[in-house]
Amino acid sequence: MGYPNKLVCKNISFSVGIGKCTAIVGVNGIGKSTLLRTLGKLQPLLGGSICIDGTSIGEMKPHQFAKRTSVVLTEPVASKNLTVQELVALGRQPYTNWLGNLTPYDRKKVGEALDVLELNDLGDKKCFELSDGQLQRVLIARALAQDTDIILLDEPTTHLDLFHKVKILKLLKSIAHHTNKTLVFTTHEIEMAIQLCDTMLILDGNENRFDQPCKLIENKAFERLFPTETVQFDAATGTFRIQK
Amino acid sequence: MVNISLGSVAISFSDTLKTLFGLKIDNPSWEYIIWNYRVPKAFTAVLAGAGLGLSGLLMQTLFRNPLAGPFVLGISSGASLGAAILIMGITLFAGVLSATFINDVSLAIASSLGSFLVLFLVIGVATRVKDTMALLIIGLMFGSITTAVVSVLSYFADSEKLQQYVFWTFGSMGGLSWPQLGIFSAMILVGILLSISTIKSLNGYLLGENYAQSLGVNLKTSRYLIIIATGILAGSITAFAGPIAFIGLAVPHLTRQIFDTTDHKILVPAVLIYGSCILLICDMIAQLPGQAAVLPINAITSIMGAPVVIWLLVRKRKMIF
Repeated sequence: MGYPNKLVCKNISFSVGIGKCTAIVGVNGIGKSTLLRTLGKLQPLLGGSICIDGTSIGEMKPHQFAKRTSVVLTEPVASKNLTVQELVALGRQPYTNWLGNLTPYDRKKVGEALDVLELNDLGDKKCFELSDGQLQRVLIARALAQDTDIILLDEPTTHLDLFHKVKILKLLKSIAHHTNKTLVFTTHEIEMAIQLCDTMLILDGNENRFDQPCKLIENKAFERLFPTETVQFDAATGTFRIQK
Repeated sequence: MVNISLGSVAISFSDTLKTLFGLKIDNPSWEYIIWNYRVPKAFTAVLAGAGLGLSGLLMQTLFRNPLAGPFVLGISSGASLGAAILIMGITLFAGVLSATFINDVSLAIASSLGSFLVLFLVIGVATRVKDTMALLIIGLMFGSITTAVVSVLSYFADSEKLQQYVFWTFGSMGGLSWPQLGIFSAMILVGILLSISTIKSLNGYLLGENYAQSLGVNLKTSRYLIIIATGILAGSITAFAGPIAFIGLAVPHLTRQIFDTTDHKILVPAVLIYGSCILLICDMIAQLPGQAAVLPINAITSIMGAPVVIWLLVRKRKMIF
């Protein structure tokens, strides 16, 4: 995967099951976001295949694919003047008619998404009035309202404080486990991901290991992630230590 | 109706009403003026205003840029080029012949040819570039090229031709015959229908292109539809009424200030109504002096409209986009 004139990363192979929460980690520029965008069909695949239930995503029409996979990206929404309610309701677009009218069922789904993300009090607020943490929750609610089997999130915890980072990640885990959705997200919070995720993909541009966090620790996969003279992974606690 | 009763020839409001409802009035030439000049003019203003407002909204949403207007793709510059070549260019090559050649119809044809030439070039480029912002800049570049060619033509043209061209750039709601008006309204209708078909995609674009794509919006198709709709609307308006400035940029902003929504299901009909009302009012103001001279519509739209937009923005203290 990558761009027409630049190969970003190759030799990546993994598969995630229903109701699992998966983190993609790796150093800056290794291609986490590129991988996520490729999985989300936002940029073309250079080689290999990506399948949902055995069907290649390349063969799916845009509106079919939109019913299977939703995304939460790092880019800001274009119109900050949307209300929370409107923004989440846009998640229903793959199901609405040619004018985008919401049916009672659509409204119910939007309501459920707002419930799960605890956004009911903010429904009429405009996006520019929200904090970063609230906006992130709104974007996740939108993806949830899209009612897809798979939700891809690009760095859902950036710009958030420790408390909100943990809150969002725990929320993602509970969404995956309770609604049987497959969640894949990129993150720099390796320590939190080790504690919270079912599986992890470590992008290092070489082996690109994919396994359960405990197995990855056993195999010393995290040790090779960063140069050891700067930070070192402590397998006992599952944390990184700064080398003095 | 107030619009129709105003004009260079003073016709009383009651007589206007009588004529419109098919009653006889004393002066038959007034009747002629009303049916063949004033009514078509009002229709032109309504259609042009609605079309400009709508194409402005389409461009602002597509480019996610509050500064975009109907003419960012270089459509009006293309039309200007067509008109300039007809008025000033032909003189250079054909001399006296041209005097008989230039009239309203040929001017409309030339400017629509010009605008569609530029539109097709832009669509051609649009297939190559993936980035919508690049498209915006390319549109502006096409505009610069055509403006430059017009300058060269103006430099060599004689003063009479130059004046004729300048008058065209002022814009005018008048001078359309009923058959011309028929073609004009058909084109505006096609443009409006195309725009309505893109309402859902336009709402998707509010989240940004990547999100729109993830919602199942076919970016390529919807982008073409939006560009073509704008081309038809803005192109035909420029052809029939000249390059009317400002309305296309301002009307979507005014509408957003008043309706405070981002949903295109509401915005599209709203800009149609606002656009036609505002251009109709501007046209009335242009007629108001009540003398033989009618002010250029283009001056009125900006002089009256710009302070309104500034006032609205200052009052609300924030731009809604």
